[in-house]
Amino acid sequence: MRRLPALLIFTLVGAFLLAPLVIVAGVSLNGQKRLVFPPREVSLGWYGELATSPAWLLPIGHSLLIAFLSALVAVSIALPVAYYVWRFHSRWARALYGLGISPFILPPVICGLGFLIFWASVGHFGRFENVVLGHGVFLVALPLTTLLLGFEGIGRESMDAAETMGASEWVAFHTVVLPLALPYLISGYAFAFVLSLNEYIIAYMIAGFTVETLPIKIFNSLRYGYTPIMAVVSVLFLLISVAILALVARVSDLTRLMGALEPERK
Amino acid sequence: MERTLRWVPLVWPTMLLGIFFAVPFAIMVAVSLFHRQPGGFFEPGFELTHYRRFITPFFLERLGVTIGIAAAAAGAALAIAVPFTYLLTRARRRTQVAWLIVILSVLSLSEVIVGFGWSVLLSRTAGISNLLVALGLLEQPRPWYPSLYGMVTGLVYVTLPYAVLLLYPRFSRFDRQLLEAAETMGASAPRRFVTVFLPVMRPALIAALIMMFVFVLGAYVIPQVLGRSQHWTLAVLITDQALFQSNIPFAAAMAIFLLAVSLVLVWLVVRLTRRRGA
Repeated sequence: MRRLPALLIFTLVGAFLLAPLVIVAGVSLNGQKRLVFPPREVSLGWYGELATSPAWLLPIGHSLLIAFLSALVAVSIALPVAYYVWRFHSRWARALYGLGISPFILPPVICGLGFLIFWASVGHFGRFENVVLGHGVFLVALPLTTLLLGFEGIGRESMDAAETMGASEWVAFHTVVLPLALPYLISGYAFAFVLSLNEYIIAYMIAGFTVETLPIKIFNSLRYGYTPIMAVVSVLFLLISVAILALVARVSDLTRLMGALEPERK
Repeated sequence: MERTLRWVPLVWPTMLLGIFFAVPFAIMVAVSLFHRQPGGFFEPGFELTHYRRFITPFFLERLGVTIGIAAAAAGAALAIAVPFTYLLTRARRRTQVAWLIVILSVLSLSEVIVGFGWSVLLSRTAGISNLLVALGLLEQPRPWYPSLYGMVTGLVYVTLPYAVLLLYPRFSRFDRQLLEAAETMGASAPRRFVTVFLPVMRPALIAALIMMFVFVLGAYVIPQVLGRSQHWTLAVLITDQALFQSNIPFAAAMAIFLLAVSLVLVWLVVRLTRRRGA
């Protein structure tokens, strides 16, 4: 009896969170092009349709490649910064850490406009690599926080032990620290990947008219009316995100990771 | 020599964050003071024209709408998130991990996909109103968007997972003994929640509310998909000015304004939580 209110709240919040996902998955199964729920003439026909329509496959390809590369950029920035903050308490690294966290806290449209003006000023407008760099810089906050958390979980003793045994800084880093922090590195990469995949406004402002990512493609098509392929690609992206996040939960301690994603540290 | 070499790994992050983050922001500040060339871009100059437009009814109305909508969505999301997160942190670990995966998935979901999902849910042909007709509560199905309520619902949807993640670390570190003490003194569960838990958490709740407010300020797609044009927020206006009215200096001035407001709010959060930690 005591558990009843808890059950009620969990059910209501669950229903609220799942409702738009369930209905999108539902309408993706409609046989006809009409928007009805529950689906009629249930079939996977529109999934097959997706496989043969370059107009949708191209943006999906763009999104995946941008996510793959920009997450790499984000991790490559975050790894040295987080390491130097932890290992040397370097003031410079701490300044970079603050700089890296900030774009993620601010409304993304600010970054988007900054990037737009920057690339327009240097005369290199609307290119693919601009989006990669833009997302890379915007998403640095994620690997930064996960990596610092990972480093802090490593006892300083193991680092000291490596040093007394004569290991150089570099050897100690890649034989002791990196393997221990690897789950956090993977989590940081994964978070950045998933967020890049789903990001709209920054990608749109940097190169929305030349490099179409999937969110841009869906939004553009929304203006011309409904097609079930929108639902199909949404389901697909949702599945990719869930799979990656479930993977993160497997390789690292999600409850601990989430404990760290607060904006300030005690 | 060796001391200098030691800092080589920081060159790459410094370069990237400097060139692709700090420099764009500096340019944006400069451009907000530049002269607009109608029909084209902008030319160097120094004028406060674009900032002066902040006191026009056009801008003030957008600002008022933005603040009102962000406050409503953040408040509603907090009201749902507080009891939910409270119960979540008291659930079994496996339950917590499962919920966290759901929460993270929804949080990372593209605003475009969320907007699309809600537009289907609120539509006449496939939406919830059909369910109400089937239950006999409504005469015939009707579209529920574009509308203010539809838009705020969509914004609450994207803000809720963020709220849960903001509250989760604080709530899970809450000292259970306080509640147990209240229990032995005979306080019921809802009473313990209201008279013991909420007062202790007040600074964390205010901090979370402010962060959520800043978060909703960034919403761009949902106001356009689910709302009417009179409900469009500052973020929409900035993009519209930059891309479609080609008034980049004015867009930059508004972005700087939004930046300043966000920074002040985040600074407030830092102060609020630091005092508690001390």
